[in-house]
Amino acid sequence: MADVSLRGVSKSFGKVEVLHDINLEVKDGEFVVFVGPSGCGKSTALRIIAGLEEITKGELYIGGKLMNEVPPADRGIAMVFQSYALYPHMTVYKNMAFGLKFAKTDKEEADKRVRQAAEILKLTPYLERKPRDLSGGQRQRVAIGRAIVREPSVFLFDEPLSNLDAALRINTRIEIAKLHRSLKATTIYVTHDQVEAMTLASKIVVINQGRVEQVGPPLELYHHPQNQFVAGFIGSPKMNFVAGKVVSVDARGSTIDYGETQPIVVPVGAGAANPGDTVTLGIRPERMDEGTRLGMVLSGTVEAVELLGEASYIHVRRDDGTLLTARSPGDSQARIGTKISISTGVDHLHLFDAAGIAFPRVSKADAA
Amino acid sequence: MAMAARRLNANRLAVHAALIFYTLIATCPIALVLVNSMKSRSAIFGNPVSLPTPATFDLIGYSQVLDKADFVHYFGNSLIVTCISLLLVLLTGAMAAWALGEYRFKGNTIVALYMAVGIMVPIRLGTVSILKMMVGLNLVNTLTALILVYTAMGLPLAILILGEFMAQIPRDLREAARCDGVSEYRIFTAVILPLIRPAVATVAVFTMVPIWNDLWFPLILASGDGKQTITLGAQQFIGQYVTNWNAVLAALSLAIAPILVLYIAFSRHLVRGLTMGAVK
Repeated sequence: MADVSLRGVSKSFGKVEVLHDINLEVKDGEFVVFVGPSGCGKSTALRIIAGLEEITKGELYIGGKLMNEVPPADRGIAMVFQSYALYPHMTVYKNMAFGLKFAKTDKEEADKRVRQAAEILKLTPYLERKPRDLSGGQRQRVAIGRAIVREPSVFLFDEPLSNLDAALRINTRIEIAKLHRSLKATTIYVTHDQVEAMTLASKIVVINQGRVEQVGPPLELYHHPQNQFVAGFIGSPKMNFVAGKVVSVDARGSTIDYGETQPIVVPVGAGAANPGDTVTLGIRPERMDEGTRLGMVLSGTVEAVELLGEASYIHVRRDDGTLLTARSPGDSQARIGTKISISTGVDHLHLFDAAGIAFPRVSKADAA
Repeated sequence: MAMAARRLNANRLAVHAALIFYTLIATCPIALVLVNSMKSRSAIFGNPVSLPTPATFDLIGYSQVLDKADFVHYFGNSLIVTCISLLLVLLTGAMAAWALGEYRFKGNTIVALYMAVGIMVPIRLGTVSILKMMVGLNLVNTLTALILVYTAMGLPLAILILGEFMAQIPRDLREAARCDGVSEYRIFTAVILPLIRPAVATVAVFTMVPIWNDLWFPLILASGDGKQTITLGAQQFIGQYVTNWNAVLAALSLAIAPILVLYIAFSRHLVRGLTMGAVK
């Protein structure tokens, strides 16, 4: 069991810097998820921790020991690859036992561990099969088994579910969460899927263009995103952004003109903002309602309606061209091409400055 | 539907006709050698294309060849040279291909280019320098000289083909092995080599046949008594004035056998090797 700590880690491929000064503390037993759009550097960060990429600048510690120059095998890590990376010419049993042979684990102990892992992952009937005779889900479990038998202090997962179909993905996600609870090993997990991040993580690290945008527990990121990128990335459907102008700032919050009939007062302390500054309002689709019942009213034309059964996503084009998505009840009567008004409560609004940095929320008590 | 099927059949027919034609061109000379090696001398000249009849059937060529004890010895020489060269080409070729493809080091590109040049320039152009070198090394009239030259001759193509196959092995696989604590040598022997077995068989066949059949280097580097290979040995029946055709044809027929056995041994993998990568 071990902490993982990245201090000022940068990585360049030739002249291109793909990770910029990453600082991150992962505590023992935590389940940390790196999430970000593809090409953001999250996999590179993971491969640096695994020892598969060299660090250009900065330091990596695992269990308090400097790991910059330590080969992958001696870092106490085990990695599960997106492609599973099973040895195609070996049976399931040999795939799992292969690494143990080189770790000088004695035969009986190795056998015990492999059979135990197979039991946990329900792979016992398949031990003598070759990977090509297994389904995708089974292959993925073999890859996880190969990691478990090494009894690593840190588990690394590189997009392990992206090759599975949707139903299997949800199952395996739950299995991984269960596994983490029983093994209690430090886990670092890379994904581009924010749902996986939200459901698995005890701590999410949002990475964008080689920089850490925000680190925190899933709900903190959902409720208090520090910037517009995190706000847009966490949550599904994506948060709506509406441009506005500051009218005035006082203790109750900020008065914002967002181009509809009258300005609204948002319970957000706009701090250094001056009247006339451009700002962006962030509205979660799930906080929006059809009609004009709530404080902030937006109107436009219905462009698409997606009926999911338990909910409907209504896509509304405002007159200035911006597209909004509202999550309505499943029995929504909205029709494509008709004019519609949707409204949202000001208490759940987010406010970002021109550079995309979030203004801190005025707490409920302050707003009252 | 019917039309498409008929066109498909016509296509097939054309392809097969072409293939059969090529096969005939390639096998006719060999068949001629085999057939005539079993005929009497007068029958060889009298009616070279006919099959041996009870009247013309004669194994005198074979008995002449096998009676000469040297001949078995030549066979041995050819086998030693071919097998050791083959082993060296495959082993060092695979290792070089792996090193050039997997590790970044100074001179990586230069070495790879140097190997590519080796494919383009025929080794026979360097015969004079090779001979000088062998004289300097005191290796003239030894099988070692032949083994060294053939290893050098086979390496460039072996490295190219094996390198291509190795590049197709997913990077994740090697990295998984590295995370598993497998040493670089074991990654090569236990993960990479088993996966490129078809390619190894392909390279083995491509390397083996020219070495076995070569006449040039044995003639120049090891023509002394006792060091001749089978192709060179067969030449002793070809005289300036009289040629013992029975013996020449019998010797050539016998020379086909070992290479045929090796070919069959590798060919099961060969077909897979040639089509691997083309069809997923």
